[in-house]
Amino acid sequence: MGYHLNFTLIWRNFDKLWSGLILSLELALLSIVIGCVIGLALAALYVSGGRVVRALIAAYVEVVRNVPLLLLVYLVFYGLPTVVNIAYGNTTSFVVTLSAYAGAYLVEVFRSGLEAVPRGLSDAGKSIGLTPWQRLIHVRLPTMLRIVLPALSNTFVSLFKDTSVASVIAVPELTYGAQWINFNTFRIMEVYLVVTGMYLVTGYAILIGLRMLERRYAIGR
Amino acid sequence: MAPFSPTATPPLLRIADLRKSYGQTRVLHGVDLDVARGEVVTIIGPSGSGKTTLLRCVNFLETYDQGSIAIDGREVGYRDGAARKLRSERDLARMRAETGMVFQSFNLFPHLTAAQNIMLGLTKVRRMGSAEARAKALHWLARVGLADKADRLPSELSGGQQQRVGIARAVAMEPKILLLDEITSALDPELVGEVLDVVLSLAADGMTMLVVTHEIGFARDASHRIVFMADGVVNAEGPPAEIFGPDQTSERLRGFLARFSRAHRL
Amino acid sequence: MLAQITYAIPFLIPGLLVTLEVSVITVVIATAIGVLLGVGLIYGPAPLRWVIRGFSDIIRGIPILVLLFFVYYGLPLTGLNLQPFAAAVLGLIVFKVAQVIENVRGAIGSIPKGQMDAAKSIGLPFPERLAYVIAPQALRRFLPPWLNGVTDAVKGSALISLLGVGDLMFDIQKVVGRTYSPLTLYCFGAFLYFLINYALSLGSRALERRFSYIRD
Repeated sequence: MGYHLNFTLIWRNFDKLWSGLILSLELALLSIVIGCVIGLALAALYVSGGRVVRALIAAYVEVVRNVPLLLLVYLVFYGLPTVVNIAYGNTTSFVVTLSAYAGAYLVEVFRSGLEAVPRGLSDAGKSIGLTPWQRLIHVRLPTMLRIVLPALSNTFVSLFKDTSVASVIAVPELTYGAQWINFNTFRIMEVYLVVTGMYLVTGYAILIGLRMLERRYAIGR
Repeated sequence: MAPFSPTATPPLLRIADLRKSYGQTRVLHGVDLDVARGEVVTIIGPSGSGKTTLLRCVNFLETYDQGSIAIDGREVGYRDGAARKLRSERDLARMRAETGMVFQSFNLFPHLTAAQNIMLGLTKVRRMGSAEARAKALHWLARVGLADKADRLPSELSGGQQQRVGIARAVAMEPKILLLDEITSALDPELVGEVLDVVLSLAADGMTMLVVTHEIGFARDASHRIVFMADGVVNAEGPPAEIFGPDQTSERLRGFLARFSRAHRL
Repeated sequence: MLAQITYAIPFLIPGLLVTLEVSVITVVIATAIGVLLGVGLIYGPAPLRWVIRGFSDIIRGIPILVLLFFVYYGLPLTGLNLQPFAAAVLGLIVFKVAQVIENVRGAIGSIPKGQMDAAKSIGLPFPERLAYVIAPQALRRFLPPWLNGVTDAVKGSALISLLGVGDLMFDIQKVVGRTYSPLTLYCFGAFLYFLINYALSLGSRALERRFSYIRD
């Protein structure tokens, strides 16, 4: 093997990787926040809605979960602007896609989380005179959030990894940065070793951070 | 239980100066115990005394650090000879086939019917043909009162029934000694009796047994000898009359029994 | 709109076949290797366990796309010059192997410890313990998450289009480039992927129901 590892070109261009990493994290964060809004809203609608509502929500979830993310990215970026009079940049388009993607997974998480809240808590709320709405806001939702915390952390790490697909529509996140360095310096091994390390370390750091949060707030299984 | 007259032959099971630690924690501090052929020995004692660990060493589900456990003169875990070499997997399997164990949580194989649970050992270890194995399995199921449940899965049986299948599974292998590890502790109270009845009848047939239990009543009625363990050693032993009698000298034992009868007084 | 779809179908069939082919090859090979490594992870000597664990954690900690690029661009440097198809499949297999190892770990790990004790106590040696007591129970716990993973493999296969492999995604892109009706075609492509995966997930749910008589 006549290939000698030389990382200098990587470090010289490290800013691309670093800013890419930050962008990936931002994309993941935005998507999970918006996804949570979608997921919560749809989960609440699902448990309180009729058959039509449930069928629609189920269809949304099934479609998003069974179709490749890559296809969804293309569909939103290239397809939607032809019918909807929207002009948005690649980053915005990707956030829309990933949020919808996250939302589909989170509907399930929140729905089963809500069901996992013990009836006894609602009953206790009833017995001190809380209205159904108050019970939802003050008793069931806070409890549910603590139950779903582990699932939320796993989803966030997954989303962080999924941001790599944004590179195909030239969003300058971490994988895009890696490919840029790859094509401009031909230091393939080095850049991918570094990027692998960056994904691993970041993912691990996120998990550890969230586990600490879990330890304080989550209700264990 | 009538007093046991041990024969002149050497004991079936001889445990000598057994020591074991889990990491830094000493669990067994030098246990000496003999069980003669046909004898029923019950071990009682507070939790943490090492009773279950001792039992699990006898069929080498746990390793032991020092001392020896010998069945019919053969060391259980280690090869004969001065060097303490671990027995091979096949050897250990053969040794374990000579002992039978019944577990607190039954541990029936959930993907096999009651009969198949018993037949597994008979066909794979005793190398019986499946017709012969099935006949034996049915015989033992009848013996524990479950002939009609032969083709049921464990999930279809009550706790007491599962435990009786567990006993049949162990006994069908015709082991030299039966090890019973708190076999009624996980049962609802009304199911305990049916299991103890089976054990009593096996004992009456001359089965050698080493029993760990909380059932003091069973210990008193079914054992030839009771061993009281505390802090990883044998604290007191003797026939039931002596252990439960007024002349019992061990303070520890008296305290243990007193706490026990207090707890059980409703 | 319908006209666009009917026009496109003949051009998508080759890609659809490639996607199915890639998915099957990936799943079959990766499952075989993954089960072996998974068993090694649980029952092997400590050094082997660390290597397998490390491999699984690293592969699962990076995006599939990064792994695919790494394999595709990096492999020629080690002297191994593979066709894009082979490199892509290799990358997918590596990814799936890590998933299967996790499936195996979860399946065997969820079997109560007492089962091994009981199997030992009736005198079964190690190979027979695995074959007659552990494996039957592990299989039932392994199948549902594994089947979920198969849909992930199908979805992940779409990324090989970026390496120039002519799968369904690649063909969709080509037709879109020619006909300029992206929305219709992407929706139809989504429908095709959905068909494949939804069928698989229905199958997995049926399997789960069939094996649910094992009370955990």
